[in-house]
Amino acid sequence: MEESFACSFAATELEARTGINSVVDQLRDRGIPETRIGEVQIALAEAVNNVVEHAYAGNAPGDVNIRCQLEEEKLSILIRDAGAPIPNEQLPAGEAQSLEGPMEDLPEGGFGWFLIRELTSDIQYERSEGENNLQLSFEIQMRSA
Amino acid sequence: MTLTSTIIDGTQVVSVNAERIDAAMAIQFKEDMRSQTDNGPDRVVLDLSEVKFIDSSGLGAIVAAMKQLGGARKLDLAGLTPVVDKVFRLTRMDTVFNLYATLEEATGGVAAET
Repeated sequence: MEESFACSFAATELEARTGINSVVDQLRDRGIPETRIGEVQIALAEAVNNVVEHAYAGNAPGDVNIRCQLEEEKLSILIRDAGAPIPNEQLPAGEAQSLEGPMEDLPEGGFGWFLIRELTSDIQYERSEGENNLQLSFEIQMRSA
Repeated sequence: MTLTSTIIDGTQVVSVNAERIDAAMAIQFKEDMRSQTDNGPDRVVLDLSEVKFIDSSGLGAIVAAMKQLGGARKLDLAGLTPVVDKVFRLTRMDTVFNLYATLEEATGGVAAET
């Protein structure tokens, strides 16, 4: 089994929600276990939010293109945008946020890359021809029929 | 987004009537929480049982809502669905909040009066 599907949408928060939902629906249609879909959705949402908030920050929102490829035991999601590159073209380390200290110092952000790294089996990033290409991979155990 | 609020035995229960607390929703959620919890009981329980998905923006907004209450009041969370629970556990925010499986558990078994 190998199949792929794709979608694209404008890089706004509301369009991003619609795009993420459509990917989730497609994964559900293909019988991927619900727990795994939840984890994929968390990582995908963080990656897409980064495009909306950082890559296209301060500019008119461009397009986000998503292509999913489903193989035997692997799901790859390629997220492509024409926004600014990730700083230094280097993926953030995504370390866990410290929750030590008084309540008023608790972090309200900066969890995105930590979540992406926790939930994926592999991440590839390439900047080419003015575009960001971020590929997130997930191991998938299909339900036994 | 709609939040609804009731008082049960001196605890304020705020229910989120939305399927997602995501980037598109986070700022409004934070503002709505501020207006709902401005001057109220010391304990607030946020009922998340209708929320099927949260991202890090939504998580940050819940942290912000707790900070808005100040040190003397507290925010507990109830009814976390699987994906929401996962985000809290991965980020270790489950160690910051008291989490209850259901709203009834959070309010000591007293059913909500409508």
